Amino acid sequence: MLNYVGILLKELRIHGRGGQGSVTAAELIAVAAFESGAFSQAFPAFGVERRGAPVQAFVRFSDQKIRLRSQIYEPDYIIVQDSTLIKDVPVFSGLKKGGIAIINTEKAEDYQVPEGVRLITLDATKIALDVLGLPIANTALMGAFAAATGEIEFSALESALRDRFPGPLAEKNILAARRAFDMVREGV
Amino acid sequence: MALNIGCAAKPGRARDNRTGSWRVFIPRFSREKCSKCGLCILICPEGCISEDEEGMPVPDYDYCKGCGVCADECPADAIEMELEEK
Amino acid sequence: MRKIMEGSHAVAEAVRLIRPGVISAYPITPQTHIVERLAEMVADGDLDADYITVESEFSALSACLGASAAGSRVYSATTSQGLAFMFEVLFNVAGMRQPVVMSIVNRALGAPLSIWNDHQDSVSCRDSGWFQLYAEDAQESMDLHFLAYRVAEDHDVLLPGFVCFDGFILSHTYEPVDMPTQEEIDAYLPPFVPVNVLDAKNPISMGMYATPDYYTEFRYDIDRAMDRAKDLLVTAGRELGESIGRDYSGLVEEYRLEDADTAFVAMGSLCGTVKDAIDEMRDSGIKAGLLKIRSYRPFPRAEIAKALSGVSRVAVLEKNVSLGSAMKGAVGPEVKDALWGSGIDVFSYVLGLGGRDVRKKDIAAINALSIAGKGDMFYGLREELI
Repeated sequence: MLNYVGILLKELRIHGRGGQGSVTAAELIAVAAFESGAFSQAFPAFGVERRGAPVQAFVRFSDQKIRLRSQIYEPDYIIVQDSTLIKDVPVFSGLKKGGIAIINTEKAEDYQVPEGVRLITLDATKIALDVLGLPIANTALMGAFAAATGEIEFSALESALRDRFPGPLAEKNILAARRAFDMVREGV
Repeated sequence: MALNIGCAAKPGRARDNRTGSWRVFIPRFSREKCSKCGLCILICPEGCISEDEEGMPVPDYDYCKGCGVCADECPADAIEMELEEK
Repeated sequence: MRKIMEGSHAVAEAVRLIRPGVISAYPITPQTHIVERLAEMVADGDLDADYITVESEFSALSACLGASAAGSRVYSATTSQGLAFMFEVLFNVAGMRQPVVMSIVNRALGAPLSIWNDHQDSVSCRDSGWFQLYAEDAQESMDLHFLAYRVAEDHDVLLPGFVCFDGFILSHTYEPVDMPTQEEIDAYLPPFVPVNVLDAKNPISMGMYATPDYYTEFRYDIDRAMDRAKDLLVTAGRELGESIGRDYSGLVEEYRLEDADTAFVAMGSLCGTVKDAIDEMRDSGIKAGLLKIRSYRPFPRAEIAKALSGVSRVAVLEKNVSLGSAMKGAVGPEVKDALWGSGIDVFSYVLGLGGRDVRKKDIAAINALSIAGKGDMFYGLREELI
């Protein structure tokens, strides 16, 4: 008999621009969540592959097989890869009370987040430039997500990054993720 | 007869059909008028005209259907179509 | 072994386990990740197959037809306009009874151009003589390939088949899948033994021309093979379950139908969302259930009639439109036919075309429409646009 009730489901929506690695971030977070023991599902808001165009990617986490296939309208978490999106895209739309918004920004502005939402800002682009020499902030934001939400273990994120990137590049990305992870954890 | 799966069959050969029996008109080749240009050999739809040791065209009446293309095309008017008596 | 991977890569892994001798495909969104991965496997020596690169889908399937006729196990994959471009060859492959299996990564047909998901492409090939299976998730997308080859290559069937799964929604989604072992698949799927083989030493012709005295009987022969495929899908689906632990013996699959008032009927990835919607409706006292159609061709008429015999109404959720038809969807009329004389209302709802998202609330709204007796319609039209 199937268990019809009590399915624990958490949802993440990532906002970024084409080329910033939002889809890769969603995939690697799902891989890390799976390695951490969850059922997970990652998918992009399909088709918009133009560099610089606003894109979305989604992740679901559950303790059971995930059947739902619709996009995510009421997320528990959002990651905003580029704060310039906030004026064009309703990034906070549907964000649940008790949810967490992680925003990559140079200056910690007082963004108008919905009531009961925890706002975390960090300059992930600076971390990426320091560590990778490229303004690709997605791996740093993955570290921040791990620290802020506890949905994925850092060790699982490390192994997901090692799986995806060749040796030295993986280590650099792990370092970027670690810096953001520590920054967010200490900021709590 | 039961059908073969996928309509598969052993191939036959066109040679098995003696299409010469379809003929009403038969081409007659004049050795006097022929310039040995070889055009009739090239254009015969049945490929049933060959060349003898002197370069003269030789029809194979077992397969010639009597279509008359050779007679139409012959530059020397060396081929005439005759009603064939069978 | 359970792993997490993209749906396309899960299918590519399944194809590797199946050991095709020849692969020929032309890349087209959203099928590309499958064929890219297979090309890599062949190039890296992880898959001992000939990968024939071609300039079009027409050539891809033609190459597959020739390779299959020469006795090889053959694989291809396509979608949308690519499948439309294969239309002529589809009938030749089926008519020559070559057991080619092809992944259809379902996508809308243009114009207007759309790269997003619906079922118009495969549903439009309904009468081509290929059997059609639809997958709900990445796991099923993978597993149905094993079943498809087993059924296609059986000498009682010898028909080609589609394994259909939704473009992007399944092909580009990462989720956990359980990977069978090579030993399990080798045991389930022995090497292909062709009936007629193209061989220069022993020449035959295939797909010879048939005069009016013969043509009808050849078509009848394909239809009978389709009937036998229906039986074999059940037994081979059960055996697949015995081998890898997941049973596919059902041409249809029931979800919470036992006491349902409204039965939804759907194919593909939509079924997952519908199941979640049904759970929510049940929590608020609405008795709804789902009948998932796994095999669209052969069509499981008797199974549908049996499964839906106790419901009050049926809402067929259609990711296709039969333009100009009375019910709008292509599946609805056949479900209605299966229930003819029962007095059960059957309605079609066209939704999710060209990638439009389908949410749980849409399923609940369709339940309300069916109770009100409104159906055979496009659901969720944007009134401001029309």
